[in-house]
Amino acid sequence: MNRINKVFQKDGTIMSIYFTAGFPAKNDTLSIIKELDSAGVEMIEIGLPFSDPLADGPTIQNSSTIALKNGMNTIILFEQLKNLRKMTDVPVVIMGYFNPILQFGIEKFCESCKEVGIDGLIIPDLPVDIYNDKYQKIFKSYGLLNMFLITPQTSEKRIKYIDGISEGFIYMVSSYNVTGAIKSFDSFQKKYFKRINEMNLNSPLLVGFGISNKNTFIDAGKYSRGAIIGSAYINWISKNGIYKTSEFIKSLRD
Amino acid sequence: MINYNVDKKGFYGDFGGAFVPEMLYPNLNELTLNYVRISKSKSFKKKFNQLLKDYVGRPTPLYFAQSLSEKFKCKVYLKREDLCHTGAHKINNTIGQILLAKELGKKRIIAETGAGQHGVATATVCALLGFKCIIYMGEVDIKRQSPNVARMKMLGAEVRPAKSGSRTLKDATNEAIRDWISNPVDTHYIIGSVVGPHPFPDMVARFQSVIGYETVNQLNELENKSKPDYVIACVGGGSNAAGIFYPFLNDEDVKIICVEAAGKGVNTGKSAATSILGKEGIIHGSKTLLMQTNDGQITEPYSISAGLDYPGIGPMHANLYKSGRGEFISVTDKKAMEWGLLLSQMEGIIPAIETAHAFAILDQKKFKKNDIIVFNCSGRGDKDLDTFIEYFKL
Repeated sequence: MNRINKVFQKDGTIMSIYFTAGFPAKNDTLSIIKELDSAGVEMIEIGLPFSDPLADGPTIQNSSTIALKNGMNTIILFEQLKNLRKMTDVPVVIMGYFNPILQFGIEKFCESCKEVGIDGLIIPDLPVDIYNDKYQKIFKSYGLLNMFLITPQTSEKRIKYIDGISEGFIYMVSSYNVTGAIKSFDSFQKKYFKRINEMNLNSPLLVGFGISNKNTFIDAGKYSRGAIIGSAYINWISKNGIYKTSEFIKSLRD
Repeated sequence: MINYNVDKKGFYGDFGGAFVPEMLYPNLNELTLNYVRISKSKSFKKKFNQLLKDYVGRPTPLYFAQSLSEKFKCKVYLKREDLCHTGAHKINNTIGQILLAKELGKKRIIAETGAGQHGVATATVCALLGFKCIIYMGEVDIKRQSPNVARMKMLGAEVRPAKSGSRTLKDATNEAIRDWISNPVDTHYIIGSVVGPHPFPDMVARFQSVIGYETVNQLNELENKSKPDYVIACVGGGSNAAGIFYPFLNDEDVKIICVEAAGKGVNTGKSAATSILGKEGIIHGSKTLLMQTNDGQITEPYSISAGLDYPGIGPMHANLYKSGRGEFISVTDKKAMEWGLLLSQMEGIIPAIETAHAFAILDQKKFKKNDIIVFNCSGRGDKDLDTFIEYFKL
């Protein structure tokens, strides 16, 4: 069974941490994964840096720009991940925009993911329909789960359609916004979480975008299986370096 | 017959589509479901045509260029989009989209701009119809295009600097898209060219197609023929080209020439000749040809003309290139600047530097004596005076 599916079989709130590969330094990838693993996170999301990240706010944009300046690219990332599975059993997802994956070669990308032990992908600008028509077979043949996003604007019909195709989890975008940290959820957001929760979808839900502190993390756990935290972690390592990761994780949980 | 226009799924051959994050799906779906119906409705057409006539000043003349025709021994016509209100063809599209936005009940307009021409055209129609207007412009472009920034402000628009990435047109486009993600309900995004996710390329091409359809009528009157032998236009994103090509796309008797900016030379690393330097990929939600690294990072193009300084081309044009339907020629900064001067002195028309690129093919290409050649004279050169002054030490 895929590690992502396995992690959702356990009880408790899932914390998935995003970081941009190549930030703060080019060779931090495995060190960050090691830190996150020993801090006890349930899932890790590696961001493949892109020059034009449309769905991201300033924090992740900036980390991508620096990562690219540091010389990060797809080939190097897979080299760095060679020993990933000697180090951790935590499910690992790559989040990347479609163009760098397309240029690397879809099949070659999936093959490399399988080789290093990646469990799934989040490709925000690969639409559901096109995935369904063209890529699902390839992804599946390499045992990769592809995760889709829904937003407060996504219609019920489309959510059900996405639920039908999803195999890992559904990424519930918390607001009308690009990625970025906020302090608390408002009533509009909570109402939306509740509405989706009551749809009783087949796929488990994780909330992403805007999770930054204990408050938002606990709230996310009330309406879904957990949360994805990106910008807040990038901000933390920008300030404190990568070796105080467990402090950050603790501050969200306790 | 091969179809070079958009198909039902929003593709031109292999190119186009809507490769966007889910957050944009509802906005684009709303447009996709409504743009054809609204733009074909009687009431919309009436308002659109009225504004094009009384406000923009259409139809623009199809001018027989005597001196050019004599010198190059063929029949050269200029479609005078430079005479449109605000100085270029850009306003045809902004009029269409603002009427569409009104019909959809939107209250707030956002747009991207590079040199500021599309920003001015958007700010103009927002002033005309009372919309809140926010223009995203790269921080670098704001510095080098200050007169257009001032124009937008005079027209009541807010100009927001795009501070991410290379801080130019592509980043301004990213910022506009991010704004639209954050404001999906009350906001319409008026994209300025035949780029971006479906339905934008088709929608913009339709609004610009007035250029081509007028040309058909005018050729009927002037030459007793409904089609030219060649239509020629400069291509950055490609909206003026799409507009003049539109009625002729599927008529292979009419040869199509797209003129790209070679910048300092195609192999100098300072160029915007996307058809030569680009590879298939995805930029701003569209599958097309774009300039990028081997790793798929989008690179920064260069041209002396800010309007051609875009790392991609519209999906319609990518398909014209790949299928061989269109001929692509690239022209250097130097040639374009020389032709800016030449057109001014031979015909008394100071063109935009973008437009001047198109004319420069007259040096490279031989035509037959009775060939009818129509150039889209897409914009006037007022905005480029500083560049001309510096270049020619005027």
